Amino acid sequence: MSENPLLERIRDEFGDSLISAHQLDQDTVVISRGAILELARFLKEQLGFEVLMDLTAVDYFKRRPRFEVVYHFLAMRGRKRLRVKVPVGGMEPKVDSLTPLWPNANWFEREVFDMFGIRFEGHPDLRRLLLYPEFEGHPLRKDYPVDKRQPLIGPQD
Amino acid sequence: MTQTAQTETKTMLLNVGPSHPATHGVIEINAELDGEIISKANVEIGYLHRGFEKECECGTYTQCFPYTDRLNYVSPLINNFAFAGAVEQLMGLKVPERCEYIRVIMSELSRICDHLTCIGASAMELGAFSVFLYAIKAREWIWELVEEVTGARLTISYARVGGVKADLPVDFVADCRKVLRKTSEVINEVDQLLTRNRIFYDRMRGIGLISTEEALAWGITGPFLRGSGVEYDVRKDFPYSIYDRFDFDIPIGSEGDNYDRYLVRMEEMRQSMRILEQALDQMPEGPTNVDAEGKVIDPALMADLGKFGKTKGLLRNEALIEPTLEGSQRRFHGGVNADSPDDWLPPKEEVYSNIEALMNHFKIIMEGHGVRPAKGEVYYFVEGANGELGFYVVSDGTDRPWRVRCHPPCFPIMAAFSQIIVGDQIADLIPTFGSVNMIAGELDR
Repeated sequence: MSENPLLERIRDEFGDSLISAHQLDQDTVVISRGAILELARFLKEQLGFEVLMDLTAVDYFKRRPRFEVVYHFLAMRGRKRLRVKVPVGGMEPKVDSLTPLWPNANWFEREVFDMFGIRFEGHPDLRRLLLYPEFEGHPLRKDYPVDKRQPLIGPQD
Repeated sequence: MTQTAQTETKTMLLNVGPSHPATHGVIEINAELDGEIISKANVEIGYLHRGFEKECECGTYTQCFPYTDRLNYVSPLINNFAFAGAVEQLMGLKVPERCEYIRVIMSELSRICDHLTCIGASAMELGAFSVFLYAIKAREWIWELVEEVTGARLTISYARVGGVKADLPVDFVADCRKVLRKTSEVINEVDQLLTRNRIFYDRMRGIGLISTEEALAWGITGPFLRGSGVEYDVRKDFPYSIYDRFDFDIPIGSEGDNYDRYLVRMEEMRQSMRILEQALDQMPEGPTNVDAEGKVIDPALMADLGKFGKTKGLLRNEALIEPTLEGSQRRFHGGVNADSPDDWLPPKEEVYSNIEALMNHFKIIMEGHGVRPAKGEVYYFVEGANGELGFYVVSDGTDRPWRVRCHPPCFPIMAAFSQIIVGDQIADLIPTFGSVNMIAGELDR
């Protein structure tokens, strides 16, 4: 763990906000909600992680905080990868948007909002991406019943 | 006041899709037109959302495979192997050599299929209908090959955790070489028809431009990024499976327009063929189905003996296994799957003939048992035909995945699409859209 210069660098810079780190399948840092935008800027401008490869979320349901927003970054120079996880919870989970740094965060964040109901602060146009506006609930939450009927579809006969 | 000063200029809103013959895949593009120039565009997706990720959470790991077929339905084998790879990495499984070769061979065949479809369809939309027919003809040959191996053309579900469904047919290598030879002739033909064709060139060159910086900022991968001059290919940069053993090149473009992407795809098909030739040469034979004494038992006889309880002595023998019990004599999963009884279904002959295999079968099939990776998470990514295809799988230690996230290669490209087409003419929307090779199945999941 201490051998890894990348994780060391992040630990030096964001020691207070860093919750944990591991390098099991790839380098991973878990960081507190307030620091994500700063960390992302640091990754992009200082460490060369210029590609936001993926952005998604996981609902751990019984864990507190309940959700984890997961970012996968790629640095073209040196071909390095980094996963950043941000735990978010509460009745109205929210986290800072990465749209000021990466344009593709726009759709990724819309999808996460659509599926999990996590709000991204600073997002220019946060609305559903894959589902339609009349859809009720957020289907990838663990408490969304798989057989739930939607208003536009009507009850099952 | 003159007459001209009184006329006002208005933009027109044109709705392309969601069900338009040129948008192969359900998607809606709202283009604001200033004359013939697109001044603003908005892309709406989600028409093909089936809840792939939710469905995966509701079933076992093995039950996810049929859903992955339907992500990219032009190259379903790559999706299959990517998901299998993710679960295998989660479990720390290593698949046998022969299986790795089978996976590489089938992936590269799929990649050729995908590129043929993309180029054929783009050409057709620009009026070159015969190119489409030639490309689809070649794709048909490859699909016949795929059908021979997997039993299906599209919904193949060929991968398994720790292996593949079945070994290759006996005469596969010869058939494959024959198909490759014929396909390469078709690719040359397409090359002659399109590459230096004045109309095609004029419609593709300088259209759908995206710079290197923009492509990286949008997280674009695959032929689309390589067309913009970035030499990034997961097969080379993060070699998975056994791709580090093959000698192949990564073609890149310089302009970042439709024409470059077309050239990149053409060259990639040739490089895929290079990989295929090497893989076919190197592929090892799997272990044969004989026991230490060289004794082979006929599968039907072994199953019969087992059914009557005459299992004495059977345990020491490995059956000559066949998938159908009808005498096809095809080598079955013995030679191509991970040697890990906890994860892999034993052959039916053994299930019938010894109690260990029967229990093993039960443990995997019954609900609540099955394939159970340890708690953890993994992001496993491969080079799909359109770019990086990633699976982020979170396991909670049960037989069902806690979360399956698919990172579809064409998602970032479609996110950027409304920016790419601005400034081009409305007629250019179609070739640009063709060069994205959008697959609604993986985009909307």
